[in-house]
Amino acid sequence: MSAIQPPAETVWWKQPLDKVEGTWIAIALVWSLFMFIMMPLWHIYGKQNLSNEAYRTTPQAFLAKTQAMVDEFTVRTETAANMPVVRPPPGSDVYILGRLWQWWPILELEKGQSYRLHISSMDWQHGFSLQPVNINTQILPGYEMVMTVTPDTSVEQTIICNEFCGLGHHNMTGKIYVVEGGP
Amino acid sequence: MNKELFRTCPESGLQFHKPAETLMRTNAVLAVVILLFGGITALLVTLTRWPAVHLLEASQFYQVLTLHGVNMLIFWMITFEIAVLYFCSSTLLKCRLATPRIAWLGFALMLIGIVVNNAAVLNGDASVMMTSYVPMPANPNFYLGLILFAVGALLGCFVFLGTLIIAKEEKTYEGSIPLVTFGALTACIIAIFTIASGAVILIPTYLWSIGYINNIDAAMYRLVWWALGHSSQQINVAAHVSVWYAIAAIVFGARPLSEKVSRTAFFLYIAFLQIASAHHLLVDPGLSSEWKIFNTSYAMYLAVLASMVHGLTVPGSIEVAQRAKGLTNGLFEWLRKAPWGNPVFSGMFLSLIGFGFIGGISGVVMGTEQINIIIHNTIYVPGHFHATVVIGSTLAFMSLTYFLIPVLFRKQVMLPGLAKIQPYLFGIGMMVFTMAMMGAGTLGVQRRHWDMAFTDAMIGFDYPASAYTFMGVVGISGVAAILGGAAYVLVTVLSVFFGKPVGSESSFGFTTSTLTRAEPVVMPEGGHEAAGKWGFAAPGTFLLAMFFLVIFVLYYAVNWKYLASVWPIS
Ligand code: HEM
Ligand SMILES: [Cu+2]
Ligand SMILES: [Cu+2]
Repeated sequence: MSAIQPPAETVWWKQPLDKVEGTWIAIALVWSLFMFIMMPLWHIYGKQNLSNEAYRTTPQAFLAKTQAMVDEFTVRTETAANMPVVRPPPGSDVYILGRLWQWWPILELEKGQSYRLHISSMDWQHGFSLQPVNINTQILPGYEMVMTVTPDTSVEQTIICNEFCGLGHHNMTGKIYVVEGGP
Repeated sequence: MNKELFRTCPESGLQFHKPAETLMRTNAVLAVVILLFGGITALLVTLTRWPAVHLLEASQFYQVLTLHGVNMLIFWMITFEIAVLYFCSSTLLKCRLATPRIAWLGFALMLIGIVVNNAAVLNGDASVMMTSYVPMPANPNFYLGLILFAVGALLGCFVFLGTLIIAKEEKTYEGSIPLVTFGALTACIIAIFTIASGAVILIPTYLWSIGYINNIDAAMYRLVWWALGHSSQQINVAAHVSVWYAIAAIVFGARPLSEKVSRTAFFLYIAFLQIASAHHLLVDPGLSSEWKIFNTSYAMYLAVLASMVHGLTVPGSIEVAQRAKGLTNGLFEWLRKAPWGNPVFSGMFLSLIGFGFIGGISGVVMGTEQINIIIHNTIYVPGHFHATVVIGSTLAFMSLTYFLIPVLFRKQVMLPGLAKIQPYLFGIGMMVFTMAMMGAGTLGVQRRHWDMAFTDAMIGFDYPASAYTFMGVVGISGVAAILGGAAYVLVTVLSVFFGKPVGSESSFGFTTSTLTRAEPVVMPEGGHEAAGKWGFAAPGTFLLAMFFLVIFVLYYAVNWKYLASVWPIS
């Protein structure tokens, strides 16, 4: 009987598999398992893995930490809004906060060095999208996300907000400079 | 059984319970009206994302995009699905519909919910996108409308389940329920889970918006919201796969290759999809990799496996049916000689191809824990889901409509020439549209974003010229697809409200009797395999499946390679 009628055999579950189905199921299952294994393997051998290190925080606490970094390591200011450009030492903890509608402050990092990057939101949800390298993560208020990044190209990066956050969403940008190392 | 309450469709032999028939018609008509509205919003949004046109102002764009998302993804899909549920229970089981009054109550709640929600967005203080991520506030009526709609849909689900129980008790069928009804049952069970998750998150959010709760955790919101948001996509998949099987049966008299395999595959959807909300949270703070990998892969890949099985068994069953009719030359005569001029078939087949090749592959790739880093929230994501929910579900529902016009509405299909090309315009337009979006997304163009040129931003960014080209293609192909959608609405509305009643011949050039009464396939001598090759009942389909696999593997590999070029992150 066709698919819109009850099955012809009442004990349809005993009907043997057709070879075409059996073969395809076997192939598809192997492929699914392979895709499953790729993810843990990439954690071991791959270089792009989010650490999943995160802490609960508050806007006030996160702002205080960011402000401390800005006070200590600002090297100059840029843009009409006098945005601080901060150059913390390699290997240190660096902070970026998202708020309506900017990413603050601008960071200047050395190529080939690693930094522990902390990101959080002061208000609504935001999306941290680093372009053109194309790294995207979700930023939530109340959560401090930490990842260790190692800029390996000295291309200037723009941070674009890619979670809708209201009227100024498309103007919410920021910057990370990547410079050659040295004094 | 009160005979007077039933009519038998002279062409198809299907039996309609009259109260159920009215409900199906009303739900289907409401769905098409919503689709029309959603289509207008699609046009406005598309013309804004087309850089050369950039039609709307920013605030209008976000408002219209919110309307588009909610009306299309939630209201159009679910309203049509309720009609499908009634068809798959009452009509296919030849049974009276349980409690038509409750069904009408459900319909009324859905309608009120739609109006309340849309009024809130049109009012201008609820441009929060369908996801309404807290703590961005919306007019409370936004959530209230969604809740009312969900309660209405839940009543529809209960009516469906009640009808299955009545059919069993009154023995209106023998043995097990048909496969298509089984698929609808899958959709219904997932819908109940979905709506429960929706209640868990939307009711507190509503209370928060009117000031009774003072904080909702953003991470918790996302976890529970996506239990709603993702599983509702699984309702759509289960529903449109059922529609594929139904159309294969209607047009070709195809029978499932094996009931066991197809039903198990449906069951995998129920068993393994709920927790897959994880793949929306792959780059969220506060969740462990173990949790993400387990939930996306263990769970998702078994559901993916299920879709891969349906992707083989649906065309496979068509191939077997065609071969049994003697179309046995070569590997693909069965496909070449399929009724490509019949939109019931052509729409369904394009839906199958687009869903599998574009939506399926891209979904699995971007649902890989690490690869999501290069895709999350870019316009690649709407590229992916327009392939699943528009080419997959919407086009499948459109093709089913061409069957329902003569059978359920008893009208001839008007403008048959337009109806014939409609699936191609819509399907192929959407295929180009989705792939262009994925191309732009790979270059980092964002979704839900009014200005890719960053004209007013303090710090600008220049996308490569190719990104603008891709977005131009998005605009052109989007408009083409919208014309295809408009053709569907036009044909449907004209036929239903102004069409001539059906005689024995529909205006299509094919009779409704061949449309609906294709005889179930008779097994050729020596079994299925005798008509096939290599001991396979459906060798052509198998070759297509292998072709699919090759593309899948290649595309998967390319994305890992792209990921490897990104800054090291740990
Ligand atoms: C020809 C038809 C359609 C066209 C041209 C179209 C076009 C678009 C465009 C350009 C966007 C905006 C992407 C962005 O900027 O983020 C969008 C978003 C969306 N579309 Fe469509 N669409 C169509 C039909 C549909 C249908 C039928 C559905 C659902 C069944 C749908 C569901 C959505 C959803 C859920 C979004 C995302 C809204 C959000 O981000 O909140 N679309 N569409
Ligand atoms: Cu933002
Ligand atoms: Cu934003």
